[in-house]
Amino acid sequence: MIGEMLSVTFITGLLGAMMRMATPIIFAMLGEIITERAGVLNLGIEGIMLMGAMTGFLVTLSTGSLWTGVLAAALVGMAFALFMAVLVVYLGLSQHVSGLGITLFATGLAMFIYRLYFGSPTVPPIVEPFTRIEIPLLSQIPILGQGLFHHYSLTYIAILLIPAVAILLYKTKVGLKIRTVGENPFAADTVGVNVNLTRTLCLVAGGALMGIGGAFLTLAHQNMFLLDVIGGRGWVAVAMVIFGNWDPVKGAIGALLFGLVDGLQLRLQGLGLHVSFDLFLMIPYLITVIALIGVSRRASVPAALLQPYRREDKGG
Amino acid sequence: MPAKTPVNDTPVIEMRGITKRFLDNVANDQIDFTLRAGEICALLGENGAGKTTLMNILFGYYSFDEGSIAIRGEEVALASPKDAIANGIGMIHQHFTLVPTQTVLENIVIGTKDEKRFFLNLKGAHKKLLDIQEQFGLHVDPDARVWTLSIGQQQKVEILKALYRNSSVLIMDEPTAVLAPQETVDLFKTLRVLAEQGRSVIFISHKLHEVMEISDRVVVLRNGRVVNQKRTADTDVKELANMMVGREVLERIERKAVEPGEPVLEISDLTVLNDKGLEAVKKFSLTVRRGEILGIAGVSGNGQTELCEVLFGVRNVETGTVRIGGEPLRLGHPLSSVRSGLARIPEDRIYMGLLMDMTVEDNLQLENHWTERFAKNGLRRFDEIAANSQTLITDYSIKTDGKDAPAKSLSGGNLQKVILARELSSEPEVVLASQPTRGLDVGATEYIRQRMVEEKVRGAGVVLVSDDLDEVMGLSDRIIVMYEGEIMGEVVGSGADREQIGLWMTGVGS
Amino acid sequence: MTRIQLVKRAPLTGWYRVLLPVLAVVTTLVLSAIPILIAGGNLWQSYYYLFYGALGTRFNLLETFVKASPLIFTGLAVAFAFRAKFWNIGAEGQLAAGAIVATWIGISGGGAPAIVLLPAIMIGGFLAGGAWAAVPALLKTKLNVDDVVSTLLLNFVILHIMGALLFGPLQKEGASWPISEEIVEAARYPILLARSRFHLGIPLAFVAILVIWFINSKTVFGYRSRAVGVNIRAARYGGINTTSVILRTALISGGLAGLAGVGEVAAIQYHLLSDLSPGYGYTGIVIAMLGNLHPVGVGLAAIFFSIINVGSQTMSRMTGVPSYISGVIEGMALIVMLIFLLMNEYKVRVVRK
Repeated sequence: MIGEMLSVTFITGLLGAMMRMATPIIFAMLGEIITERAGVLNLGIEGIMLMGAMTGFLVTLSTGSLWTGVLAAALVGMAFALFMAVLVVYLGLSQHVSGLGITLFATGLAMFIYRLYFGSPTVPPIVEPFTRIEIPLLSQIPILGQGLFHHYSLTYIAILLIPAVAILLYKTKVGLKIRTVGENPFAADTVGVNVNLTRTLCLVAGGALMGIGGAFLTLAHQNMFLLDVIGGRGWVAVAMVIFGNWDPVKGAIGALLFGLVDGLQLRLQGLGLHVSFDLFLMIPYLITVIALIGVSRRASVPAALLQPYRREDKGG
Repeated sequence: MPAKTPVNDTPVIEMRGITKRFLDNVANDQIDFTLRAGEICALLGENGAGKTTLMNILFGYYSFDEGSIAIRGEEVALASPKDAIANGIGMIHQHFTLVPTQTVLENIVIGTKDEKRFFLNLKGAHKKLLDIQEQFGLHVDPDARVWTLSIGQQQKVEILKALYRNSSVLIMDEPTAVLAPQETVDLFKTLRVLAEQGRSVIFISHKLHEVMEISDRVVVLRNGRVVNQKRTADTDVKELANMMVGREVLERIERKAVEPGEPVLEISDLTVLNDKGLEAVKKFSLTVRRGEILGIAGVSGNGQTELCEVLFGVRNVETGTVRIGGEPLRLGHPLSSVRSGLARIPEDRIYMGLLMDMTVEDNLQLENHWTERFAKNGLRRFDEIAANSQTLITDYSIKTDGKDAPAKSLSGGNLQKVILARELSSEPEVVLASQPTRGLDVGATEYIRQRMVEEKVRGAGVVLVSDDLDEVMGLSDRIIVMYEGEIMGEVVGSGADREQIGLWMTGVGS
Repeated sequence: MTRIQLVKRAPLTGWYRVLLPVLAVVTTLVLSAIPILIAGGNLWQSYYYLFYGALGTRFNLLETFVKASPLIFTGLAVAFAFRAKFWNIGAEGQLAAGAIVATWIGISGGGAPAIVLLPAIMIGGFLAGGAWAAVPALLKTKLNVDDVVSTLLLNFVILHIMGALLFGPLQKEGASWPISEEIVEAARYPILLARSRFHLGIPLAFVAILVIWFINSKTVFGYRSRAVGVNIRAARYGGINTTSVILRTALISGGLAGLAGVGEVAAIQYHLLSDLSPGYGYTGIVIAMLGNLHPVGVGLAAIFFSIINVGSQTMSRMTGVPSYISGVIEGMALIVMLIFLLMNEYKVRVVRK
């Protein structure tokens, strides 16, 4: 057993699985980071991912184009995020409850629409999914090459988005605005930054990423839509934001670790190892709960998270 | 300081007939206000007079219901601070608008549009900032994180932020409230430099001496209206006070001499840390007797808040003991403070003292809902509770729609009365009142001061902590001055030397 | 330029507060016409079957109560916790904890009589749910851990623990599925009305409504938990032991959710299985909000949801509108209620500039 686990194929396969399992979480996690950095917690993430998964699948099935499906998933993610923005940014409703409401609504809607199109078929409809692309030269590196550089294009995009989001947040004018809106919206307002518009745009951008993360699951990872296709990955993404201290790079490391555990679990099953894999699957959640300890004392949590911003609330 | 003649005749700012309503209350009522270049204009008025509202309108932060604003002769629509900034108006709020985790430079450049580029140009901004610092003599390290700066330095960052945007009008909302005296001196120097360079300053304050010292002209607001305006050189403190309050300056509340009794509050060797882990109160000892009001004066932030929080039971101590009526008080345990015979009137009434989303009755019950009188076997005795609420509402003349009205429907003064009713009805041995009249209208202020004196006459030991030096001097039998967590000096209340107290407040020893 | 602004106003009181959830329900039902029409359903026929399916026959009516019972428990669980601002998103996990312990007692109960076993599984399930809710409450009070995220994540932890048990010690002998042995006869909730599934857990749910109402409005603890919810700083300042209040609140809240799990095992399934709950815990959040956190409101909201759930099955059979429309309606109900609650404190004003 140990021998098998140290074999080249096992390690290569494990690395590949890690990247694959981490991809949707990285998309969603980056979306959630952008959103939370502007001061909004989007718990609609799980439902938005499911809508993305369903829409992407449906559009690809009817148009035959995978990228059209991805685009549609992004658009539907943006639409739901915009709805969330109306509730929590403009109406100032509780972010917790509104987010859960969006998840509930989107989940119901995704299943409803799927059934509306396909009824309850005995054999679920499938699409021709994305194929993996080898990166020349790099994929030839022994052991690592096939594990890290032989993937779906969406996986490469996810990896490239990690530094992109980091640069956006820390090195650009827009990023400074986003961070200030999340830390001290009043300060942002007094220098002429439109707080609610910034928050809305962040939500919408984040929603697009969440939608794409969902679509990855039905268009690349699998080739069909199942009602439990997201399986809590949205919540994992929320957890990884906290685990990573609201930093894209650290969050991505968390997502990759999660992918590693998830992948290991699958591989071990593949080896016929009869441990209850439930206990394995539990680990990432437990680790995140532990990571939550002390998080409120850290300076990294956006100071205005969960607080709606409204002018003219007080009299003079 | 001599009044300057205006540089040119078109006013920089001209606000005409500004009216602003909040819910049912009119915050600004037909206000006319003009400002000229190179002028330092003081906007004077009590809390709630409408000063900040008016300036928030000028800054585009609030909309207004009636009136018009012209800048340099041209009528403008200020829909948001963005428009105000574009018109050269900068505002420094009482609560700083800085992000503590970011650097000074990041705080300053946010939202500026000098260059059409996507990436931050911190190098260029750094250079521009240093030039401005040189020009106005305002020196702060651009790369320091804001949380590492003192309050005075943070205020400089705020001023730099406005100057970086090339503001020609600077609105300062009670800028000295948080400053130590030396920092105030520095600030005034800066303001004069600004005025000499042709920029205008609007200085919001309710401190008469400061207004006399710094301004060229004074506009006095009361109840949302302009009651008068004068060149500073043509008026004096007494006249301004009359205009501000609207009648002859309050007759000093009669002190009523009482022979002090035995010690009732004994604090010894108290050392307390603040939220940042620094010593806020250092080896502090104090004795208060029955039948006296002890006033604690000092610039805010010198340990008064932490000292009160210890007595309230919400802050732990490093060393030291407290005795109330001879009994040792268990520290860091609010319930012990509740039971000790201490009446607690907290500075932060809305967030600490009251349950705003519950009823008046619920608020009256906060500290005694569990007592035998109001509860039996875990069940509440509603007959007793209702009777008690009615009595207190009547006795303390609390204006409310009834005991079941939500607390948030009450005015500030009536909310403070709810706290007084709750605290004083049990005839406490010690009354600790922290900033008891801050933000209240004249009537409520007078009522509360009166109550303090009555408590003293009844035989309680009263501790009055206040930023308002007039209040402390007017009510106290004995005054101590706190500076950096220590007692800087002590004097007898009647006939205390104001100047001496002022020096102590700035840390200058006797 | 025209702008829409929210302006704070004095909160409406009296009848409007009672009317609010009713208006929200009516609005939701009206909005439901959109998905029905999209699905090509005949509007009046659909509404008819929705209500006929839930209320039209004796069996359907009783079945609606059967479905309402777990929803009342989880709704109460969430409402009781939210009232003290303990953001318990974990009713789903607490339900599972209750179900696990109830199953364990119910299987190993041997020859004990019902008079012993029934209280045993109820108490056991209550305590298990309470204990599982106490974990995030302790994390919140002692280590300042955000309760929304921790309760949510702990759901997955307990569901995986349940999975591990169902593949391990609790798995039925010879079964390849994750399913437990059946609980003994004496541990099952008695059926109270013949030719139906109307069981002991249903009156129990209504008793729970009364008990929670009593605690909330008549006891010192009810006052304290509300004070903690309204302003925890002021509550602590006033001498209330906020840690103890939050812990007890969590115990009761988790316990109620645990009872929902007990009911599913002891009255419906008779054994533990991994998809015991179709998300009752999460639906409980919506029900709590829709009921405005008031126990009676929770009861009514739970019955409303149950009508939608049961009725949508019939509607689906008769009109072809997918039964998943119940999820859409539930989501809409929550969002509508949130907006209505907001309108209770703010009014919309159109500003022209």
